[in-house]
Amino acid sequence: MDAIPYTVEPRPDTGLNNVKIGIWLFLASEVMLFGALFASYILLRVGAPPGTWPVHGAEYLSVPLATLNTAILISSSVTMVMSWASLMRRDFGKYRLYMGLTVLAGFVFLVVKYFEYTAKFHHDWFPSTNNFLAIYFTMTGLHALHVIGGMAVNAYLLAPGSKMWRTAPEQFTNRVETAGLFWHFVDLVWIFLFPILYLL
Amino acid sequence: MSGAHTDVDKHVRTYITVFVVLMALTLITVAISYLHLPLGPAVALALFVAIVKGTLVACFFMHLVSERKLIYWVLGFTVVFFFFCLLGPWLSEINEIGPHLRN
Repeated sequence: MDAIPYTVEPRPDTGLNNVKIGIWLFLASEVMLFGALFASYILLRVGAPPGTWPVHGAEYLSVPLATLNTAILISSSVTMVMSWASLMRRDFGKYRLYMGLTVLAGFVFLVVKYFEYTAKFHHDWFPSTNNFLAIYFTMTGLHALHVIGGMAVNAYLLAPGSKMWRTAPEQFTNRVETAGLFWHFVDLVWIFLFPILYLL
Repeated sequence: MSGAHTDVDKHVRTYITVFVVLMALTLITVAISYLHLPLGPAVALALFVAIVKGTLVACFFMHLVSERKLIYWVLGFTVVFFFFCLLGPWLSEINEIGPHLRN
């Protein structure tokens, strides 16, 4: 069986390269994964007996910390796209700066999340406490796993994977663009998680 | 080469503008939550702002504004199935209230 060639040349029939189609199909499956959880959230909230669902997410959750995390993720999306733009300008030094900032922002996001989670545990609030906390931990936990995954790829492209820039700059730029699409998706999911869990 | 650089420069200016708008919309979302509106309008407003923010990220950071038709098809199907997924709670609600409607 022939392997799918790793090429950045667009296919004549679709006008897209294989990597681009692959990442968008993967993101489509991710939409369905989070879509199922959003549907579960609605089901749990609508079906909750009166008084068992918090009137405001802020009864359990910290809005300032979540707002800070939203700002961090949005900033990291900008640094991610700027790292790709730097490669398009053939400025590898700027690429490393912006990609480094993106990885750092992901790390800071997780540190804030750690403080959020530990504050819940100190109050004896666990996923088993009630349905609201169960869906909160499930959705934000899955999202945090995506942040970790994205950070791992970005860290690889920042350090060992960046050697490719010297031998195949077009392919390397394509890899960074693809990693960026995943990272922006992670940001996009958070943009919806933030209001439904914390503000409503 | 300089043409490509100019294109990227234009993109960068757009990224900065989108970033500022996203930050402003985040603050607006938080401010709206402190108004303590009734649940219906609060949900509608929060989702509206989130959809605007999500659209900005998808269109400009993910370059969907200039993407090929095949990607739009993939996303179109995804959106349809996503809404089927969200229909689940609605069907469950119908199932719940159905027996009461007969009485």
